Order: sequence, then structure tokens, then C-alpha cells
Amino acid sequence: MASLPLELINTCAALLLLLSFAMLSQRRVLTQVDLYAAQGLVLSVSIFITAWSTHQLHLYFSCGLTLLLKVLVLPLILRRLIHRLDANWETETLLNMPSVLLIGLLLVMFAFVLAQPISELATTLTHGTLGIALAVVMLAFLMMITRRKAVSQVVGFLAMENGLLFAAASTTYGMPMAVELGVGLDVLVGMIILGIFLFHIREQFESLDLSHLESLKED
Amino acid sequence: MGAVTLTAVLAQAAATVMAVLVAPLLLGWVNQCRAWLQNRSGPGILRPYRQIRKLFHKDAVIASNASPLFRLVPYVEFASMALAAAIIPTLWTGLPFAIAADTIALVGLFAMARLFLALAAMDIGTAFGSIGARREMLIGFLAEPALLMVFFTTSLIARSTSLPTIADGFAHQPFALFPSLAFASVAFVMVLLAENTRIPVDNPATHLELTMIHEATVLEYSARHLALIDWSAALKLFNYVCIGLALFLPWGLAESPANPAGLLLAAPALVLKLAVAGAGLALIETLNAKMRLFRAPEFLATAFLLAMLGLLVRLLLGS
Repeated sequence: MASLPLELINTCAALLLLLSFAMLSQRRVLTQVDLYAAQGLVLSVSIFITAWSTHQLHLYFSCGLTLLLKVLVLPLILRRLIHRLDANWETETLLNMPSVLLIGLLLVMFAFVLAQPISELATTLTHGTLGIALAVVMLAFLMMITRRKAVSQVVGFLAMENGLLFAAASTTYGMPMAVELGVGLDVLVGMIILGIFLFHIREQFESLDLSHLESLKED
Repeated sequence: MGAVTLTAVLAQAAATVMAVLVAPLLLGWVNQCRAWLQNRSGPGILRPYRQIRKLFHKDAVIASNASPLFRLVPYVEFASMALAAAIIPTLWTGLPFAIAADTIALVGLFAMARLFLALAAMDIGTAFGSIGARREMLIGFLAEPALLMVFFTTSLIARSTSLPTIADGFAHQPFALFPSLAFASVAFVMVLLAENTRIPVDNPATHLELTMIHEATVLEYSARHLALIDWSAALKLFNYVCIGLALFLPWGLAESPANPAGLLLAAPALVLKLAVAGAGLALIETLNAKMRLFRAPEFLATAFLLAMLGLLVRLLLGS
């Protein structure tokens, strides 16, 4: 029978997957940002449990960094960005919602099958959750593909990073400190640059609909 | 699993009759809670019984072009719901009838009842009847896979598709966190709401034909036929709630009727659980607005998704 920390981490992993689907099916951008913050919180809780049960000191830092960056700073920046862009309308998807969810399910199955042989190589306590981490990454990809509006795509990009961090934490007990700091700063800087991009896109096309970018010339 | 002895069979027959008799009480309780939550004094818990008695004393009016099927359907409905009640553990898990049908057969039983109701609705040939039948089949066709997935998840964990065995296994295992069961339970509640014509999908108290789903299918029925259909709808709700309790809150279930101490614990536990579940149902119905019909597929796709996620998480993590 599984131990309690493992059960808690499995529950966190299941919650992460659920939150990914919630983001995928959410129409409002601001709620998407809230869900992203919730995902960050669950992620940091799961990292904390891993750190506590395996006595890995650097995972506590990783947990703190996740909490600071993904639950507080990035959602704050995103919310301000959305208010300044006045972009909190319902975003339409390319496909209707049930089909997006069903494609998501197929992706989850694909990710689980793909992760099965890899996770058997890992020696950590939590190697089973690699499949879920991979599924979170793929669902974030799907979210970026099926949304027209730029802000949702940015949220999808950030959610993808959540999945990568979870994969690292579950297979190797986290990346080295320097790498993790680097990735965290990368995401922060990327976020700021994307914010500037969004303003430029809106100035140029008077809309955040990325399908405008497909035409090369104005006519 | 209970041995098939004469006393066990008699005890279960008695329990099934009890379930049939108690079912309208649960419906009355849900309606009463809903009235309280809406600041109305409410019709009283016994209202469904009075309704059924009133309908049984009236003369039936049947359309001149009705086929024998139309007269037959209320009895089929009632019989299939009573049969379902016989294989759902309410007080104890040693059910001798349960070897006859497992959870998959139970889904089939519900599907058969729905099919007959839809046929009867189209039998007269009125427009509202056909619309109601189509909508009912739409909801059913989307809810059924979700319900099956819920059953598959619980069956995987308990290693059996027999409902009493699953409930027995869950009631007596050491405490463990099962995220898959949490997903399955949420999916089950969504299916329960959709299948029992509860508010986010259908409004059971509506008088507006254009928005009806279940009500539109029974518009042509009157008197004793309508009473039987109403009664079987109440029984269906009771059955669904009892399935939910057996799968996700099985604590307090006795193992067999031969043990009076176990029954003495199981009966108040069941009453308490039903009361809480009924109040919860009323709360859900009060907090939500009825969806447009075309949002119902989205609602049920979400239920299917949750149930499927439960299954996948169970397969991947074994939890």
C-alpha cells in the first residue's frame, strides 16, 4: 500500500491535471489566470511534500520560488496586463468545447502511454506522476493551439512551464538550483517581453486576435 | 456476497418494497428543502404521496390513437426501477438478487426504461412528445458513457463489477486517498443531475413546454399511468442517490440482515445520508440556473471527462 506522502503527491498530481482541463475549458481570461495561480499553488504544495518526505533541501527553495513567482508575481502581472489591455472578454476557441475536451483526453492517454517506459527508469518515489506532468504540458500546448486571443496563449505558455517543473520534480527531485533560478527568471522576462508584444500587436491591428497576423499585407 | 437462503431472499424482498415505498419521501424532502432555500414554506414532505393518491383516484384519459405500448410503458418504467432497487445495497450488502445483475446491467436497465419512455412519448404523435423524446435520448446518450466510466473506475479499484461487492470493499478497507474516486464522485453527481431531470439540465417544476425534457415525454399521461410514472421517477432518484451512497459513502452498511446490531447502525446512517444528500441536491438546484439545452452536451462532456480522468489516474498511479 502506498505511503501517505505518495498518496498526497498523487492527489496533487490529479488536481494539476484537473486544473489543466479547467483552464482548457475556461472561456474567461481572468478566470484562466486564477486557475493558473491555483495550479502554481498545487504545484508548490506537491514540491513541498516531496521535499519534506525526501529531505531534499534545495526542493524547499524550489517550492518557495514557485510560490512567489507563479502564485503571486506572474498572476499579478497578468491581471494588470489584462486590465490595461481591457482584454477580459470571453475568448472563442477554434473548435467547440466538447471536442477540445475530447482531444485533451486523447492527449492525456497519449502522454500516459509515452511516459510509462520512461518513468520506469526513474528511481524516485514519485516517478509515476511523470505521465501527468507530460499530460499537463500537452494540454497547455493544446490550449495555445485552440485559442485565438494572445492573452490566453500566454497563459498556456506559462502553464506549460508548470508541467515541465512538475516533470523535473517528479522524476529527478528537481533540477539543480542554478537551472531552476534560470528558468524562473526566463519565464519572468519572457512574460514581460510578451506583455510588450501584446501592446504592439494591439496597436498594430487594434485587436488581440492572432489570426490577423496571418496576412502579410494590408489590403 | 450473501448466500441465497430463503430468509435472505425474503429480507431483500422486504427491503426492495421498503425502497419503493420510501422513494417519494426523498423526492418530497428534496422539494421541501428547495422551497425552504427559496424562502417559501413548501408543500410538505408527504406531498408526492398525496399527489400519487390523487392520481390513482382519477379516471384515465387516453388518446384515441394510442397503441397498447402507450398503456404498457408506465408498468415497464415502474417495474424496471423496482428491479434496479433490488440490486442496489441500501442497508446491507449481502444481497442474494445481486448475482442477477452487475453495474453494467444496471446501466442497461436504466437505458431500457428511458427507451420505453421515449417510445411512449412519440406514440401519440404530438409535437411536444417527440421533442421531449429526442431531448431525453440526447441527454441519456451523453450521460450513459459517463455513468459507465464511473462504474469502471470503482470496479477497477474494487476488482468487481457487482455493486454490493464494491460497496462492501470500500466500506471495509483502511482509509486511503483516492483522487480517482473523487473525480468519479463529481462525475456521478453531474450524471445524477442530468438523469433525474434536475436543475442545471432540466427543471422538474416547469410548466413551459418549450423548455421541458422529461415533462414533455409524459404530457399525454393521466391518472394511474401518470401516478406510476411519477412514482418511478421518484424511485429513479432514490436509486441514483443510493448508488452514489453505496459507491462513495458506504460507511455504516451492514453485511447481512441476520445481524440486528449492524442493521440498527445502518438504518439511521441511511436516513442521515439520504437527508444530507437530499439537502445537498436542493442546494445545487438552488445555486444553479437552468442551462440552455445546447449547453447540456458541454455539461455531460465534462462529466464524461471527469470520469475518464478518474479511470486514467487510477490506471497510471494506482490510486
